[in-house]
Amino acid sequence: MTSAPAEKKASMFKGVNRVRVSDFVIAFVILLLSLTCIIPFIHIAAKSISSNTAVLSKKVYLWPVGFNLEAYASIFKDGQLTHSMVYTIWMTFLFTLIGMVITTLAAYPLARRELKGRTVIAFILMFTMYFSAGLIPEYLLYKDLKLLNTMWVLVLPLSFSPYNMLIMRSFIRSTIPDSLYEAANLDGADHFQILTRVVLPLSKPILATLSLFYAVGRWNAYADAKYYITTKSLQPLQYLLSNMVLNSGQDAVSLSEAAAAESTPEVLQAAVVMFATLPIMMVYPFVQKYFVQGTMIGAVKG
Amino acid sequence: MQRKKTGQDRKRHNLRNYLQNNWQLYVLLLVPVAFVLIFKYAAYPGLRIAFMNYKPAKGYAGSPWVGFEIFQKIFRDKDFLRALKNSLVFNFLDLMVGFPVPVILALLLNELRFEKYKKVSQTILYLPHFLSWVIIASVALNLFKPETGLVNILLRNTGAIQQGIPFLTEKWHWAVTYLLIGVWQNMGWGSIIYLAAITGISMDLYEAATIDGAGRLRKIWNVTLPCIRGTMVTLLIMNLGRVMGSNFERLDSFGNVQVKDFQYQLAIYIYEKGLSGGNFSRATAVGLFQSLVGLILVLSSDRVSKALGEDGLL
Repeated sequence: MTSAPAEKKASMFKGVNRVRVSDFVIAFVILLLSLTCIIPFIHIAAKSISSNTAVLSKKVYLWPVGFNLEAYASIFKDGQLTHSMVYTIWMTFLFTLIGMVITTLAAYPLARRELKGRTVIAFILMFTMYFSAGLIPEYLLYKDLKLLNTMWVLVLPLSFSPYNMLIMRSFIRSTIPDSLYEAANLDGADHFQILTRVVLPLSKPILATLSLFYAVGRWNAYADAKYYITTKSLQPLQYLLSNMVLNSGQDAVSLSEAAAAESTPEVLQAAVVMFATLPIMMVYPFVQKYFVQGTMIGAVKG
Repeated sequence: MQRKKTGQDRKRHNLRNYLQNNWQLYVLLLVPVAFVLIFKYAAYPGLRIAFMNYKPAKGYAGSPWVGFEIFQKIFRDKDFLRALKNSLVFNFLDLMVGFPVPVILALLLNELRFEKYKKVSQTILYLPHFLSWVIIASVALNLFKPETGLVNILLRNTGAIQQGIPFLTEKWHWAVTYLLIGVWQNMGWGSIIYLAAITGISMDLYEAATIDGAGRLRKIWNVTLPCIRGTMVTLLIMNLGRVMGSNFERLDSFGNVQVKDFQYQLAIYIYEKGLSGGNFSRATAVGLFQSLVGLILVLSSDRVSKALGEDGLL
C-alpha cells in the first residue's frame, strides 16, 4: 500500500547499475530457500498418485510413477475425511462470521476518540491476551457452560481475537477522517448508521483480511479439539489428520479395513496429507496479499 | 462558591449531552465485553483450584483448601522441572536460531533485482506459515523417516550414509530437526516486517553512500542494518518476553515416544498431568505459574523496549 512509491523509486535507482554476479548469487540462494518450501509438497503429491509398488521400491521422487488414484478413491469411499472436511468448512464459516461481528462491534467504538473510558474498555478486552487462566480452568468453565463435546466449543471461545480487533481499530482510525464523521453527524446519522453506512463500506479491505485471518487460524488449529472433543464426528479435519498420520497411540484412527486394503499405508498417508493440504494450497495464491497487508497494518500500531 | 456550582452544572450538562450522543457506542461494546467476560474472565475463578486439593468428583465445594502446598509440590516434581527446563532451553534456542534468519532473508529479498522473480519467491516463502503444524509434521515425517523418507533415500543413493538418519526419532537429531523446521516455517513470514521497515528507508541515504563510494555490502552494513535496528530490537525483546510460552500443537505434532525427553515441555506437562492424568490442581498451578511469569516477562520487555527508545508492545 504505502510501499508502492518507495518500491518504484528503489527499482529506478537500482536500474542505474548493471546486473552483477552477486545478483545471481542472491537469486540462487532465494531459489534454494523457495525450493525447500515446495519440493516437500510436490514429493508427497507425487507419492499420493503413484502405484504401491513404485512407492515401496522407493522410485518416486518428484514425479508420479505408475499413475494410480486408488488412495483418493479409498478416502472418498471411507467417508470419514470427507465428512470431516464438510463439517470443518461449516464450523470455520460460523467461527469467522461470529468473530468478525464481535471484532467490528469492538473496533468501531474504540476507534472513536471521543469515547470516554476507551482505555479501560480496551484493557478489559486485551488483558486475556497477556494473562490466560490456563487449560484446566478453561476446561472446567466450558464444562459448566455445557460446551464440551459440541461444535460450539470450537466456535465460541476463540472467536474474538484482541489482536485482530487492534488491527481493525488502526485501520478505521487511519482511513476514516473525522470530517466524515462530522458530516454524517450533521446529516443526523447516529452511531449505528455511521457504522453500517459509512465505516463498514469503507472498511471492505480490512474486513476481507481479518476474515481470512480468522478462517485460516480456525482451519489450522486443533489443540482445542484435542482438549474438549471426544466425539469422533465432531472432530475437525486437522485433528483427524493428526490421529491418522501422527498418532499411533490409543486415539489413533485409520480408514476402514476394506478401504485401506487397496493401497499401502505409505501411499494412503500421502493422499490423506494431500487431501487436508489442498484446500489451503488452492486458496493461498489468491489470499496471500491480503495477509501481507493485514500484518503491515498490525505492525504499525494505532 | 457560586462559580464552582455553575462549573459542576456545566459538567453534568456536558455528560448528559455526551451520553445522549454516544450511548450507542456503549451498546455496541456490550457484545464484545460480555463475550470476553463469559468465555475468558469466567475462567479466572477456576484458578483457585491451584490452592486446593481438587477432586473432580467432589467439585469446588467438596475439595479442601491447601494453601501453597501444590506449588511446593510442583517445585519438587522432577517432571515439572524437566518440562520447565526443556521449555526454557528450546524457546531460547528457537530465538537464537530463528531470530537472525528473517533479517537475513529480508536483506536478500531487498537486494534481489528481478522484480517478478522476487514476487513469486516471496509468495512461495510465505507458504509454510499458512499450514497447520499437523500438516508440517506429517510432511516432515514423510521426508525424514529413516527407511522410506525422501531425504534418507537420497542420502543413501549418493552413498553418503549406509543407514537412515533418525531425524525425528532420536532425541538429539529430533532437537535439531525440530528447531530447524521452526525456523523454516517462520522465515518467510518473519521477513515481511523487516521488508516493510526497509521500504521506509530514505533513498537519499543510499545515494549519499553510493557517492561516497560504498559498495553493496557496505550499504547493507552502514545504511540498511542501522535503519532497521529499531524493528530488530523491538522484535527481539518481544520474543524474549515469550520465552515461557510453549506451542502445544507444534510439540504435539512432532512428539513420539523416543523423543519424550526433549519434547516434554510445559504445554505437554499441563495436558498430560491435567486433562489425561486428572491431576487438575497440579496442572492449574503450573499453568498459573507459566501465565504469571509470562506476564511479568512481557511487561518487563515492554519497559526495556521503551527505555531504549523503541516502540513498546503494549
